[in-house]
Amino acid sequence: MAIKIKKVGFKNYCFKKSLWVFHFGGASCNNCDIEILDCLTPRYDLERFGILLVGSIRHADVLLVNGSINKRDKDRLIEIYNQAPKPILVVAIGACGCTGGIFAEGITFAGPVDRIIPVDAYIPGCPPKPEAIIAGIVKLAGR
Amino acid sequence: MAVNFFYFFIFPGLLFTAVTGAFLSWFDRKITARVQFRKGPPLLQPFYDFFKLLLVKETILPKHGSPVLFLLAPVFGVIGAVLAGIFILLPLFDITTGFKGDLLVIFYLLTIPSFSYITGSLASGNPLAAIGGSREMKLIMSYELTFLLFIAGIIMKCDQQFDLYNIIHAQQTGSPFIASISGVLLFIVGVFCIQAKLALVPFDMPEAEAEITEGIFIEYSGPAYALIKLTKYIMIFILPALLVAVLMNGFRLEGINILWAVLKILLVVLILTLIRNTNPRIKIKQAIGFFMIWMNLIAVIALVLISFGY
Repeated sequence: MAIKIKKVGFKNYCFKKSLWVFHFGGASCNNCDIEILDCLTPRYDLERFGILLVGSIRHADVLLVNGSINKRDKDRLIEIYNQAPKPILVVAIGACGCTGGIFAEGITFAGPVDRIIPVDAYIPGCPPKPEAIIAGIVKLAGR
Repeated sequence: MAVNFFYFFIFPGLLFTAVTGAFLSWFDRKITARVQFRKGPPLLQPFYDFFKLLLVKETILPKHGSPVLFLLAPVFGVIGAVLAGIFILLPLFDITTGFKGDLLVIFYLLTIPSFSYITGSLASGNPLAAIGGSREMKLIMSYELTFLLFIAGIIMKCDQQFDLYNIIHAQQTGSPFIASISGVLLFIVGVFCIQAKLALVPFDMPEAEAEITEGIFIEYSGPAYALIKLTKYIMIFILPALLVAVLMNGFRLEGINILWAVLKILLVVLILTLIRNTNPRIKIKQAIGFFMIWMNLIAVIALVLISFGY
């Protein structure tokens, strides 16, 4: 748990109550993408926590990264991270995002996400269930 | 002098329109959630969004573009929306000032937010923002004539009276304008014009989320985007308020009538939200055809009916 936003106060409260999410898919097998989309469907409904999926990285507060990051994705990920307005939280989703999973020893693999950009929360699983993603995001908002 | 500042900044100006508009924006999101069988955001969600953007996030300036214009455009948008809001709300709350509430001034002031969005998007130097800006321009050109015909209809219904005080007074002494065939037709035209002015879903091609990723607002972040959100909150309040003022009897501010005033605004916002939730986004060509042919046709029929006294 690298970056801390532990300054309790009005600003931090507003920030935690309105996390807008931008989704970056690396070389993913699409399972994590589908589980992330599941979180926004009527059954799980992340909007009740104020979480919205936004289309532009300029509006984002949380960068969700899933899939194994290969050598081509690495530059894009760094560029996306630099384009984001700070403060931004990074969440690595799935086994590939957290550790590399079964791709960890592949020749095109460029390291798990936390070796490229600082990561605030890890949600393991292959793929993680929507409940696990919600639990991770609530923990991230609660600290 | 001080009272003018009060009118501009507190009531019925910036603060009042922004707070009411934020609650209406929550209402819009909550109804959307209920239509999709979701639970929806908490009541103070628009305030969290606004203060997060204003206080926490940083604004990134475009490298290829004009930073000054990029930052000034949202400010102009807020000023235009607040001015239009004051000139609509002063007659509605029956506060008499030197200004007579001319409908054409309101018509011009209501276009300022859209023009400021276009300016800001073209100043950002982003190709997707340029696409959004050009779409917004085409959308303005298509609905503006219809909106002018709508206003012309109101003026004709009220015996060539241009000011909002007389229009509201004529309805409160007689019957509301919507209680006639031409009034219903004008209401339909007005609702679709407001839908396009607010860029809600059938007409949201300037900021198509899935297609050009927020289009005109793609480069905005932090406080600048907070001002755009503020403009949107103000617009979602004052445009239904204008419709209530010119067609649905205005407000009466004593006793139970305050409840009716609130319900009338909520009804118009509910209609806008339901249209938004039951329609897909159309292409810009279809939007131009829709306004240029069908809405103009309905507006002209309403004008003919008015001249025959229906």
